[in-house]
Amino acid sequence: MNILNILAEIEKVDPEVYERLDQRRQVFKHFAGFGKKLATAAVPLAMGSMFQKAYGQSSGLSKQVTDVLNFALTLEYLEYYFYDMGVKTRNLFVQADLAAITIIRDDEMKHVNFLKAVLGSSAIAPLSANDFDFTGSKGGKRAPLISEVFRYRQNFLALAQAFEDTGVRAYKGGAPLLIENNTVLEAALNIHSVEARHASHIRTMRRGGTQANGLPKSWITGNEGGGPLPSVTAPVYGPGMPADMFPSEANVTQAGIDLTSIPNVTADQASEAFDEPLDMATVLNIASNFLK
Amino acid sequence: MSKVMHNDTETKGLSEGLKMPLERRNFLRYTGLGLAVGGLALAGCNDVMEDMSQTQSASAIAADMANMVDVGSGDVGILNYAYALEQLEAAFYAQVLQTQYYNSTSAPQRVFLRDIEAHERIHREFFKMAITAAGATPIKDLEVDFSSIDFRTKNGVLSVAKAFEDLGVAAYNGAGKLIKNPAYLTIAGKIVSVEARHAAIVRDFLEYNTFVGPDVVDQSNALEKSMMPAQVVAIANNFLKEGSKLNVSNLPTE
Repeated sequence: MNILNILAEIEKVDPEVYERLDQRRQVFKHFAGFGKKLATAAVPLAMGSMFQKAYGQSSGLSKQVTDVLNFALTLEYLEYYFYDMGVKTRNLFVQADLAAITIIRDDEMKHVNFLKAVLGSSAIAPLSANDFDFTGSKGGKRAPLISEVFRYRQNFLALAQAFEDTGVRAYKGGAPLLIENNTVLEAALNIHSVEARHASHIRTMRRGGTQANGLPKSWITGNEGGGPLPSVTAPVYGPGMPADMFPSEANVTQAGIDLTSIPNVTADQASEAFDEPLDMATVLNIASNFLK
Repeated sequence: MSKVMHNDTETKGLSEGLKMPLERRNFLRYTGLGLAVGGLALAGCNDVMEDMSQTQSASAIAADMANMVDVGSGDVGILNYAYALEQLEAAFYAQVLQTQYYNSTSAPQRVFLRDIEAHERIHREFFKMAITAAGATPIKDLEVDFSSIDFRTKNGVLSVAKAFEDLGVAAYNGAGKLIKNPAYLTIAGKIVSVEARHAAIVRDFLEYNTFVGPDVVDQSNALEKSMMPAQVVAIANNFLKEGSKLNVSNLPTE
């Protein structure tokens, strides 16, 4: 399966995918649009459609929900195959490392299986290890972006950190698009926090364990990746599109409140205290570097 | 019905971030739903009371609740619920930084405790300001009761830190679906992943490689376990003084 752009793939089954996943438009649709209709429509009728929207899930998942879940599934495949190759590479890790990477690999596999089960026949065609090239060379079609990622622990962990932090931002960006379906929303949040736990641990591994000081911290300081990262993964910490909805991880203003106005709070601490969401297109641009 | 009705209060500040052209308050004005809110909120409360009466008499509950801090209803109630939990966490780490344990522990542990203290303090102050800016009323400053915590030892401090961080993650995960405004959901998402990062490093400090332990992550599907507000405050209230214990019975339940 040739996947240069997963959105294009999703578009094949849902031609309106871009429109559906535009968060600003969604908010408009749910709030403003509904209000406008309400102003002219009879109230009982409007209430009826609202309940339908809230509870009409038994007939199956909406296109919007399956789009978000397929997007998440793509990322989980990416992570799973990455860790699986790491686990199967001899002499890449010492025992404590191998234990952690195996735990994370297994979690990603369970996430793949969970999302596939939820999506059922709406799931994208399964991806295989052959669909990915973690050197970023797209199967030799261009120069590698990261050399010997399965030979050097630090290279592997740098990419792992980028994947986990991207995953956290991706689920966070996707959550509001799932607000119509409580069951799916909660499951996505339950995966989101597991990815954040992974990210924290990978960062701890990367700085040399719990007895080591230095970078990266287990949280994201400003928009820096905490030590050398593949340049291609710099957008992991940058702004998304649109930037006012998806600011970089260095953002210190939340809901219009400048957190640095709080006494004894530095900009670094303010940025660390809140992670930022990322839009699907930006996430997929990052991920597509590792798809053949 | 309660799912819709609990939207009785719009909180302006947070929604401005999304540039919502029409506020929910206007929606209520158009429909006259505001008039119905009181009655329905009452109906919701009766449901909760009925559930609880299975274990406690109604009069005992009424007496207890009168002395509790009601976090409120709807989205603002969720924000105050989060504010309460952040108050608890912030107070805990503030006290940790005053201990002999903190001063004598390893440099990496001091760095992470100092960082987490700042993050929780920021969360607490953020909610207080955001709720106020939204035209709603933040709950009062809670009085904590940490008499059961052993602040002298690594295990004493970190086991409670672990409990608080895991509780925070489970609480935000459970509250997400109760939120109606997508802007608030995003805010909760921005915070919960930081709490999860805290939880993972605290757990790793206690026992390496326990960052996704089976007590918090369902091992069958690798989904973290959520907790609903009633379950969360049953734990949190153990660390709050009489008069500061939380009543979440008016929050949405689905």
